[in-house]
Amino acid sequence: MDKVLRMSSEKGVVIFSKSSCCMSYAVQVLFQDLGVHPTVCEIDKDPDCREIEKALMRLGCSTPVPAVFVGGKLVGSTNEVMSMHLSGSLVPLVKPFQANLC
Amino acid sequence: MNSTSTHFVPPRRVGIYEPLHQFGMWGDTFKSNISNEGDMNMTPSHIIIANNQKLDNNLSEGTSHGTGGTPHMFDQEASTSRHPDKIQRRLAQNREAAKKSRLRKKAYVQQLETSRLKLIHLEQELDRARQQGFYVGNGIDTNSLGISEPMNPGIAAFEMEYGHWIQEQNKQICELRTVLQGQVSDVELRLLVETAMKHYFDLFRMKSAAAKADVFFVMSGMWRTSAERFFLWIGGFRPSDLLKVLLPHFDVMTDQQILDVCNLRQSCQQAEDALSQGMEKLQHTLADCVAGGRLGEGSYIPQVNSAMERLEALVSFVNQADHLRHETLQQMHRILTTRQAARGLLALGEYFQRLRALSSSWTTRHREST
Repeated sequence: MDKVLRMSSEKGVVIFSKSSCCMSYAVQVLFQDLGVHPTVCEIDKDPDCREIEKALMRLGCSTPVPAVFVGGKLVGSTNEVMSMHLSGSLVPLVKPFQANLC
Repeated sequence: MNSTSTHFVPPRRVGIYEPLHQFGMWGDTFKSNISNEGDMNMTPSHIIIANNQKLDNNLSEGTSHGTGGTPHMFDQEASTSRHPDKIQRRLAQNREAAKKSRLRKKAYVQQLETSRLKLIHLEQELDRARQQGFYVGNGIDTNSLGISEPMNPGIAAFEMEYGHWIQEQNKQICELRTVLQGQVSDVELRLLVETAMKHYFDLFRMKSAAAKADVFFVMSGMWRTSAERFFLWIGGFRPSDLLKVLLPHFDVMTDQQILDVCNLRQSCQQAEDALSQGMEKLQHTLADCVAGGRLGEGSYIPQVNSAMERLEALVSFVNQADHLRHETLQQMHRILTTRQAARGLLALGEYFQRLRALSSSWTTRHREST
């Protein structure tokens, strides 16, 4: 859990994913499209993968990956990210972290 | 005249599988006619040529190819010249046989024509029924008789439900059309809009259950008509297409609405692109999984477990695509006024109705030209 909290409190957008997870990749692509360079933590490469998964579920994610944190706060999984984006609330949230402000 | 025991077998069902049998019968007819004449050893083709050319007195000259050899032929010449009535009798019998054959052929061709028309008619009925939402097997794992392979109960249930969904959809579109042509209160309109929205959300819920039963079925859009399938994106319509269909029908929009719609279009497109790229990655990794391993191992997949995992991921993509459709509809509902939303839903419903009608027209047109 500490690991999760530590990693997620990094500045910007943090995505917990697995190297085999294509949905996580889709979420990554979306953020990149918005001009953000998310930090991607591939938990399957981590020895504590199981623990991290459990921690993420406990924090409220329906599926352990992808799990998106923005500015240290949990946004949610793909569903939440998509809903927020379509409703227009995702862009303002990530605005401070956009790499190229044009 | 000997009577042959051959006759037309009455057609079963469509009866277009009789031809070989019946051609055989024609051949048999001729053979049996000839054989009863004893010493005439002529092939059927000889008889036809003789009749067509009306060589009344020259049956055995020049064109004769008797397989019995020359002694027979000379006998014939000798016997027929001595018995002119025998010749006449044979000629008459040949003419009769040929006439009967022509009549039989005519009847057979007519039978073929009727069967062909019947087939076209049945296929049209099938398309009409399908368009109206009654499921008749159009997937590769079922045939029109119903069961040739074990049916997936989840999919069978879905297809039935979808049939009812289409019927209900048509009713709702009709109601919307009628209501919008006249005067209607906002309250009544709002109810219709809510019902229509909920109807779409019901479909997404149904699809989610079906995806768990057989994700490939949902992905392939087998439950939809061909024109709809042409536009398929991850098991349904593209959310960005939805917006394209709706927008021309809004007469007046406020500046805020225009801005909101613009933003929605952009975010919709971005979300679609992200999912599309995720799907591409899934395809690549699955292909790598299946293609890996040593040469010569046949159908054995070394990484079958991870291949199966990829396929599981397909379910989440279908669900996510439907979620996107859900959210797009939801946002449009939020941005538009009730009246605009009603018009939009009517436009969307009619768009899909037209695609279904187009599929039907295409199928029947294609058949009629053959």
